[in-house]
Amino acid sequence: MAASDAQNGVSSIRHAFGNVLAFFILLLIGVLAFSIRLFSVIKYESVIHEFDPYFNYRVTQFLTKNGIYDFWNWFDDRTWYPLGRVIGGTVYPGLTLTAGTLWWILNSLNIPLSVETVCVFTAPIFSAFASWATYLLTKEVKGAGAGLTAAVLLAMVPSYISRSVAGSYDNEAVAIFALIFTFYLYIKTLNTGSLFYATLNSIAYFYMVCSWGGYTFIINLIPMHVLLCIVTGRYSSRLYIAYAPLVVLGTLLASLVPVVGFNAVMTSEHFASFLVFIIIHVVALVYYIKGVLSPKMFKVAVALVVSVGLMLCYGGSTYSIGSIKPNKGMEWKKFKSVRSFLTSLLCDSTYASKYIPIIASVSEHQPPTWPSYFMDINVLAFLVPAGIIVRLMLVLAPAACILSGIALSQAFDVFTRSIKLQLPSLSDHSQVDAGVASPESVVPNDSVKMDKSEDTSKERTSKKSKKKEKEPVEKPLSKSQIKKRLLVLPLETSVIAIILLVLLGAFYVVHSVWAAAEAYSAPSIVLTSHSHDGLHVFDDFREAYAWLSHNTEVDDKVASWWDYGYQTTAMANRTVIVDNNTWNNTHIATVGTAMSSPEKAAWEIFHSLDVKYVLVVFGGLVGYPSDDINKFLWMVRIGGGVFPHIKEPDYLRDGQYRIDSMGTPTMLNCLMYKLSYYRFVETDGKAFDRVRRTEIGKKYFKLTHFEEVFTTHHWMVRIYKLKPPKNRIRGKTKKSKSKTSSKPASKRKGLKRNPF
Amino acid sequence: MARSSSKDAQDLFRALWSAYAATPTNLKIIDLYVIFAVFTAAIQVVYMALVGSFPFNSFLSGVLSCVGTAVLAVCLRIQVNKENKEFKDLAPERAFADFVLCNLVLHLVIMNFLG
Repeated sequence: MAASDAQNGVSSIRHAFGNVLAFFILLLIGVLAFSIRLFSVIKYESVIHEFDPYFNYRVTQFLTKNGIYDFWNWFDDRTWYPLGRVIGGTVYPGLTLTAGTLWWILNSLNIPLSVETVCVFTAPIFSAFASWATYLLTKEVKGAGAGLTAAVLLAMVPSYISRSVAGSYDNEAVAIFALIFTFYLYIKTLNTGSLFYATLNSIAYFYMVCSWGGYTFIINLIPMHVLLCIVTGRYSSRLYIAYAPLVVLGTLLASLVPVVGFNAVMTSEHFASFLVFIIIHVVALVYYIKGVLSPKMFKVAVALVVSVGLMLCYGGSTYSIGSIKPNKGMEWKKFKSVRSFLTSLLCDSTYASKYIPIIASVSEHQPPTWPSYFMDINVLAFLVPAGIIVRLMLVLAPAACILSGIALSQAFDVFTRSIKLQLPSLSDHSQVDAGVASPESVVPNDSVKMDKSEDTSKERTSKKSKKKEKEPVEKPLSKSQIKKRLLVLPLETSVIAIILLVLLGAFYVVHSVWAAAEAYSAPSIVLTSHSHDGLHVFDDFREAYAWLSHNTEVDDKVASWWDYGYQTTAMANRTVIVDNNTWNNTHIATVGTAMSSPEKAAWEIFHSLDVKYVLVVFGGLVGYPSDDINKFLWMVRIGGGVFPHIKEPDYLRDGQYRIDSMGTPTMLNCLMYKLSYYRFVETDGKAFDRVRRTEIGKKYFKLTHFEEVFTTHHWMVRIYKLKPPKNRIRGKTKKSKSKTSSKPASKRKGLKRNPF
Repeated sequence: MARSSSKDAQDLFRALWSAYAATPTNLKIIDLYVIFAVFTAAIQVVYMALVGSFPFNSFLSGVLSCVGTAVLAVCLRIQVNKENKEFKDLAPERAFADFVLCNLVLHLVIMNFLG
């Protein structure tokens, strides 16, 4: 008795020690997750990255300046000119509100951080939260050891790092945390069956809906799980409590978010959850009646319900065959839309690219190559049994982390246990001694093993009942020892396996740190390149935007391809025609058409849009590959999709896209070519394009309707001004032209040019 | 055949009724509450079908508040039911507190959504 008391004391101390240790490990994981994402700040500077984050940054600035009410009602007239954009109703507000709240709290604590700093560091902070949420989730599923392993893996998984380095201020930064946390709360509700957690779950779901369009993953995955549980006969009332309130509350909360609104009940993404909601009610009723009635009576009830149901179905179908024929088309359409949704979501991204070029032109929607799959998940790919869309990789990453966390910790468990049992020092002690010394470590392990297939509720009960188990410890112990003997692996094998696992882990860490430092921390607004004569920094984008904000009127409109829309509005504070929120295909097609038209037609299009400046990105001088010439075919395709006089074959020579002397005349005369290569020959005398690795086709030409006003240091951004419309005198000159020689005409032309 | 099946059905209903009569009163009260909520939802749906769903958010919040109330009450019923072995260690007071909290959240959201 006394011995068991002492044992209890030892085990509780050990538990307390374990908890403290776990807490510190978690703290360190948080620090790791935060600091591994700071490479971008250290290597470059504390700036917002890429394109979308600039928009989010601008919205956050507006929020902190004008308050939440103005934010909801914000109609932005500085973009999509002349249409404008209702920002409050078309943006997922979660990220902005989070960062705004952070900034507000810090400022009211008299910590004067700028909005930009808060925005830059939001993503690392939330990735720390995400790894803690992973710990909670995995702990709920499999136990603390697996939880810690999964948290470490998630803190470093490259695919998540790529979207959440410091400065990458995008929706995914907070959404992954929300995703994992929602799943954690769902599992927690499932295990406890408490309405309290169900409420928290729907609130977490609300946060997820606020922050990312990817919330549809949750609202489709959870019903799938529920359906699977029902089909495999694992329905329990806890499942009902976890699911039914989530659907009702979640749907209501989701429709509170303006960008979702009635879509929460109207679109096909959400129908699965409603269907399962109905099914679970039927199943719950059936289970209830089954519990109430005797088995024989239940059979009768089933027979009755089935026969009545069949009769109703028969009647209904005979009735509907007569009357609802025209509806069938609609049904088919519905089915088609659901199918298209599924295909576009799950595997076949070619569907979208076939019909809507603009979707295909976004690289995120393209299927990842196997190298990128390996790059993003790395070692974990071996531990997870796995064409997905790139964006799905991000959602896949937490799942991969959790699965491989479980796998790793289980493997370590098995190997260390077999080593422990076989080490001579331990086994030399008497069997009884070993039996007394290690029940704590054995009993939980075995219980973990056993309920591999069961829900974790069993584990909780086993934890609770552990004290009870200790008194009759002799019998199960001998049994478990036999079992242990069976599970034991040879000593050498397990040692080697552990070494290999550690090596694998080390390889993963090295790869992740390398990926974080080299591959994913480039802000893409500042570029660097290493060459034999040292490090080069290309800061042309900010140079150009600064020029725009200093040298143009506040209300001037700047046209560029949509990639640079967000940056132009955020950094130069000028009105743009199209931007990265590609909501209006026609408008983008207009700009694409202008870029692919000859100069005069382009000038007319731009002039009709009130454009003052045209901005093109050109990488030919320094070899920056993602410039406008390389994107040009997309402009042609998107433009041609709406305006059929733009034909892609006109720009291709024998199906090849080329800008050298073999290029087609349409290509060499279009606006994009001219604006990119204007005066390019003056740089090296040969006009050698370093991206396309060729000399350009047309070297010497003049611009008639545009005028170069600014070109950045490395020629990466070139800004042109539209010349003002010609005076009406032109009609007169034409008349006089027939009479007089060309001299006065050219003189007049010169006069016209002068005033500006 | 027909007679035997109808007799079976009668037996069934009798068995159902007798089984239900044995449930405690508080559970019966909850059942009444659930039926009332579902009935209210049905009335709203019928009204929508007759008149039209123009203020769609009002319709939605009305129906969903009824459905939500019913669902939460069913959850409460599951939790306080003594025959449910899964919730042995959940005190009925705790279950009721959770129920009230969940309802509060639900109706706050609905008030927000009613517009």
